[in-house]
Amino acid sequence: MSSCHGGAPRTNLLPNPAIPLPRAAHDHPIIVAIVGPPNSGKSTLFNRLTGLRQKVANFPGVTVEHRMGKAKLKDEQEVFLVDLPGVYSLHPRAEDEQVTHDVLKGERPDFPKPDAVILILDSTNLGRNLVLAAPILSLGMPTLILLNMADDLALRGGKVDVAALSAELNSPVALVSATKGTGIDRVQQFLLATAAKLSTVALPRVELPVLQDVPKCRQWAAKLGVRASYKAPSPPLWTRRLDTVFLHPIAGPVIFAAVVIAVFQSIFSWAQPAMEGLKQAVAASGHWMTSVLPDTPFRSLLIDGVWSGVGAVVVFLPQILLLFLFIGILEDSGYLARAALIADRTMAKFGLQGKSFIPLLSSYACAVPAVMATRVIENKRDRIATIMIAPLMTCSARLPVYTLLIAAFVPNIPILRGVLYLPAATMLSLYVLGFLAALFTARMLKSTILKSQRSSFVLEMPPYRWPTLRSLALRLIDRAKIFLTRAGTVILLVAISIWVLAHLPLQHGKTPPLEHSYAGMVGKGVEPAIKPLGFNWKIGIGLITSLAAREVIVGTLGTIYGIEGDEPSEGLQKAVRKDLSPAGAVALLIFFAFAMQCFSTIAIVKRETGGWKWPIFQFSYMLALAYSGSWIAYRLASHFLT
Amino acid sequence: MRPKVKGRKVRSGKNVPPTVVHTLAELPMGQRCILDHLELPEDIARRLMELGFLPGNEVIPARRAPGGGPRIFRVDGSEVALRHETAARVFIRRDPESDLVVLP
Ligand SMILES: Nc1nc2c(ncn2[C@@H]2O[C@H](COP(=O)(O)OP(=O)(O)OP(=O)(O)O)[C@@H](O)[C@H]2O)c(=O)[nH]1
Ligand SMILES: [Mg+2]
Repeated sequence: MSSCHGGAPRTNLLPNPAIPLPRAAHDHPIIVAIVGPPNSGKSTLFNRLTGLRQKVANFPGVTVEHRMGKAKLKDEQEVFLVDLPGVYSLHPRAEDEQVTHDVLKGERPDFPKPDAVILILDSTNLGRNLVLAAPILSLGMPTLILLNMADDLALRGGKVDVAALSAELNSPVALVSATKGTGIDRVQQFLLATAAKLSTVALPRVELPVLQDVPKCRQWAAKLGVRASYKAPSPPLWTRRLDTVFLHPIAGPVIFAAVVIAVFQSIFSWAQPAMEGLKQAVAASGHWMTSVLPDTPFRSLLIDGVWSGVGAVVVFLPQILLLFLFIGILEDSGYLARAALIADRTMAKFGLQGKSFIPLLSSYACAVPAVMATRVIENKRDRIATIMIAPLMTCSARLPVYTLLIAAFVPNIPILRGVLYLPAATMLSLYVLGFLAALFTARMLKSTILKSQRSSFVLEMPPYRWPTLRSLALRLIDRAKIFLTRAGTVILLVAISIWVLAHLPLQHGKTPPLEHSYAGMVGKGVEPAIKPLGFNWKIGIGLITSLAAREVIVGTLGTIYGIEGDEPSEGLQKAVRKDLSPAGAVALLIFFAFAMQCFSTIAIVKRETGGWKWPIFQFSYMLALAYSGSWIAYRLASHFLT
Repeated sequence: MRPKVKGRKVRSGKNVPPTVVHTLAELPMGQRCILDHLELPEDIARRLMELGFLPGNEVIPARRAPGGGPRIFRVDGSEVALRHETAARVFIRRDPESDLVVLP
């Protein structure tokens, strides 16, 4: 990527002597940018100051887009903070770094140039981190320099003279811990001063090195370190010890496999009691409502439509949360970066690189943030290829569908001498299937339309950190909110529509049998197309609604069976067995493994690739894969399972 | 293809046979060296320098991914993973003061 940006206005690289005009707080909101190297704690600080919940995790490249938030200050001063992707310099290589570059230079048409900067550096490796101070200070904006991870620095016996560094740079400097909150009052002061009157905040006045030249910048940083009597902390011993185990040629892969198996087994065993509890609660409340409400169409809508539909999906909350707990531990501990390292060799065989593995892993949660996360991939074609394959990874929306079908059709018998049970093994194979399909697709794309030179893989390894209970709890709460909101909006809406369409057109003033309702007609309409896959018209209705989002099919089936008079959610497993043969169930699983049933993903792919070309290609490709895959699966399964 | 660079002998420990080493890729695990220069395309060379791969800096290959993928190098206070093909374009000179370093 070149450092030219078309006709955008050029900015000086030298300190800008013009002091920004003082502005009244009500005039324009004051914007302060949070800048720093990747993984230095920018988002942690942003969250602390704004009360928002930007994603925080322990690997470089978590934040990939600018995000604004209002700082909570004691005064009623309005100061806005903007969290930015991490950068090593103002020479962007990847899309996320470009965002930071453009925001800082005021080259984004949709975003005003910030008024001041908070530069946040990792104090445990100050020498190298200070290199970024050179280009940032030369922007000529009021800058507060934060030396973060003070807790870690102290723990490992490092030291730095903050006052000396501040004098050297003619800018305020503070030693802080964004997680513990120490030293944060200094940040509040800076924000208040910035808001009150920009001109009183000191501008950095330093002799800056030649910016184009990294060695000179590094020498400058080294000199600063000496003048600030910086004593580097002792090496992170625990990180080294853990790496000895996790990256061990034999122990490493064994531990990895054990963890993966434990995750899948626990989704079926640990989450089961919680899920049963939820099921009973949904069923009991349904019964209760039936008993207290008068028998009107409204009651039917509420219980058969909404309660059965939304309830059928909500019961899967424990599984989803458990999955997110594991992903959270992976991301917060720093193991994810090691996983990317281990995966690089395999990814290279399929034309990609280890960095593509990080978005792919986050696809296990949801493809939407995963598509965004591809911004860290420097090579444009690699990035597109990763976007194309991300939705093939098993996202959490597939989990309710898989769990329902597996629980309904797969007997709970132990395999591998009881290490694993058949349902968990089936689930694991579906995840593997998705991953293999993704790799195969990557290979195909990278050897044809997205061919490029072999890309490089450069990744900084973060130190291991304990995932805190607080951060894990916050992740789960946020996820539960998202899941329940979806149940309360998309799924609720679909449930109501299905209920209405299933009761119309009225025949002689009475509701028609489901088959002759509008919903039934739609299902019957698609039946010829899906019959070869072993699906009947009821599954057809579910498939159509699942185009909006995958788990909607569970809600839709819940509503349909609710209308037909089955117990809400309790009998869902039993009910699907009436409509699907075992072979049909296999085909349906394969269909969901491959098909792109998610409006949000289509929308984000369009946005990130800048047009309709790629999302249309992706949708058609995945549909073709799903259709042919489940056709074959149905043939084979019909042969073997009867 | 590779430009001619004067190879130097690395004084090795007991287990490692003496070899001529001139790039990071050939450096045995745990062997300290001093970086000499990079022969890589501009943008990636710049990124490596930003990460601490600067002429005169000390580099130690610390770990290899299980199954033989990229290696992790200790450089300028952090650990950075590089592929073999990239490390093969990073030229080194041996640290005059030290021999094999025992890793903790
Ligand atoms: N010990 C310690 N850890 C911290 C501190 N601040 C942040 N962290 C941890 O550092 C890691 C990275 O934090 P983030 O806030 O995501 O870093 P970031 O700068 O936003 O990272 P990118 O978005 O990837 O550029 C997380 O695991 C944090 O918990 C601190 O003061 N002390
Ligand atoms: Mg961040």
